[in-house]
Amino acid sequence: MTKDECRQVVLDIIADIAPDEDLSNVKPDVRLRDQLQLDSMDFLDIVMELRKRHGIEVPEADYLQLASLDSSAEYLTPKFVALGK
Amino acid sequence: MPPATARIVITGVGLTAPNGDSLAEFRRHLLAGVAGVERMEIRYMGPQLAGVCHFDPLRHQKKKEVRVGTRAGSISIYCAREALADSGVAWDTVPKDRVGIYLGITEHGNVETENEIYNISKFNYDTKFWSHYHNPRTVANNPAGETSLNLGVTGPAYTIGAACAAGNMGLVHAAQMLRLGEVDFALCGGVSESIHTFGIFAGFKSQNALATHEDPKKASRPFDLARNGIVISEGGCLYTLERLEDAQRRGAKIYAELAGYHVNSDASDYVLPNPVRQTECIRAALARARLAPRDIHIVNTHATATPLGDIQECEAIRAVFGEGCPDTAINNTKSFIGHCMGAAGALELAGNLPSFDDLTVHPTINVDNLDPQCALPGLVLNSPLRVARVDTILNNSFGMLGINSTLIVSRFVP
Repeated sequence: MTKDECRQVVLDIIADIAPDEDLSNVKPDVRLRDQLQLDSMDFLDIVMELRKRHGIEVPEADYLQLASLDSSAEYLTPKFVALGK
Repeated sequence: MPPATARIVITGVGLTAPNGDSLAEFRRHLLAGVAGVERMEIRYMGPQLAGVCHFDPLRHQKKKEVRVGTRAGSISIYCAREALADSGVAWDTVPKDRVGIYLGITEHGNVETENEIYNISKFNYDTKFWSHYHNPRTVANNPAGETSLNLGVTGPAYTIGAACAAGNMGLVHAAQMLRLGEVDFALCGGVSESIHTFGIFAGFKSQNALATHEDPKKASRPFDLARNGIVISEGGCLYTLERLEDAQRRGAKIYAELAGYHVNSDASDYVLPNPVRQTECIRAALARARLAPRDIHIVNTHATATPLGDIQECEAIRAVFGEGCPDTAINNTKSFIGHCMGAAGALELAGNLPSFDDLTVHPTINVDNLDPQCALPGLVLNSPLRVARVDTILNNSFGMLGINSTLIVSRFVP
């Protein structure tokens, strides 16, 4: 999986958990919280959906890695690759 | 502090019922004989008869609120917003810390717990897939709490668990809190999301108390000889309640005045009603309202169409209204909408409130063969009844573990 594809995986999850948000202009290098109405429960949703949909675990100590689309892609891409995806 | 006897009035109504999403639509269908029962797929059980509401949750909630919250929360928010609009109150100017939200519920949390168990069943029952929303969704105050979030209400907001007597209890408790001066404005009534839990269907089926009929619209038939149980329904009805002087100060439309109420317990059985205690409850409510049985113009029954329960309520009503009450009409709203559980009492009262204006009593429908044991004098069967006077309505709601509530409202007279 490429980093672009990984960003899309996270965006797809956000589209489901924050259905009122306009995701057409999300800046990949800006913190998601700074551009979208997301709270701590929403980030737990992202963690849960990564687990459910892709079998990927994000330990609590690593939650900060999901701050932006870019940091998410940096962090998650090796995990997807390790799973052969 | 207001006087303990402060007059309490209803100034707004917001509701969703299986046959209507506003008081006007609900009433129109009650007078036209339009029932709201349909077949619904229930997990593990297949199609069952249920009263399903068809309001649009997105009228007053964002998509995310609907996704994160509960069905009971959506029902409550819809009813609360509609009641506020109906009341005409200038909501922006109302001090939100002086508003109370008091919602009757039969149960809460079963839907969300069942959903989570079903969810983790898809993951080999691994609890790491259990939702982090489970606790806020299942706390007993959930629907009231969601409503407080939606409205920005910072006063007391909680639910009152009172089985199927709960709808009346919301109004009773709100009146008490207004009289105590704890709040100045109340949103109150009852809500239910029960059709989304298979457990309540399975439970009533195991009790041999779940209605069946080839025609869903005829399935809920209290007092009919062939009645065979309850149609489970969802719904909600919230009222705005105010002290009379506050309502008059802002020139509010007044639907009715709370004339009296009473709540008691059977202390006799888990599920079987107790007509002696029901009679005591009705008489105590009349005494508080300083009314005699003959002064009541409409008695709205609780009857759920169980073979025994209907007879026992009729026994209680006959003991109070059986003789000397020529102007007392008796009806039943569940015959149209099934049993809306925590919302039942509040919805059934609402369905009768317009009688103060149109002088018409909505009937009990689906009575093809009246059970002789349910043949109460004044029972309005199958067609609306035009009457000369409606100044008082008495609303019964009873529930499991033997909780009884009777609420009396009267035409507002300044």
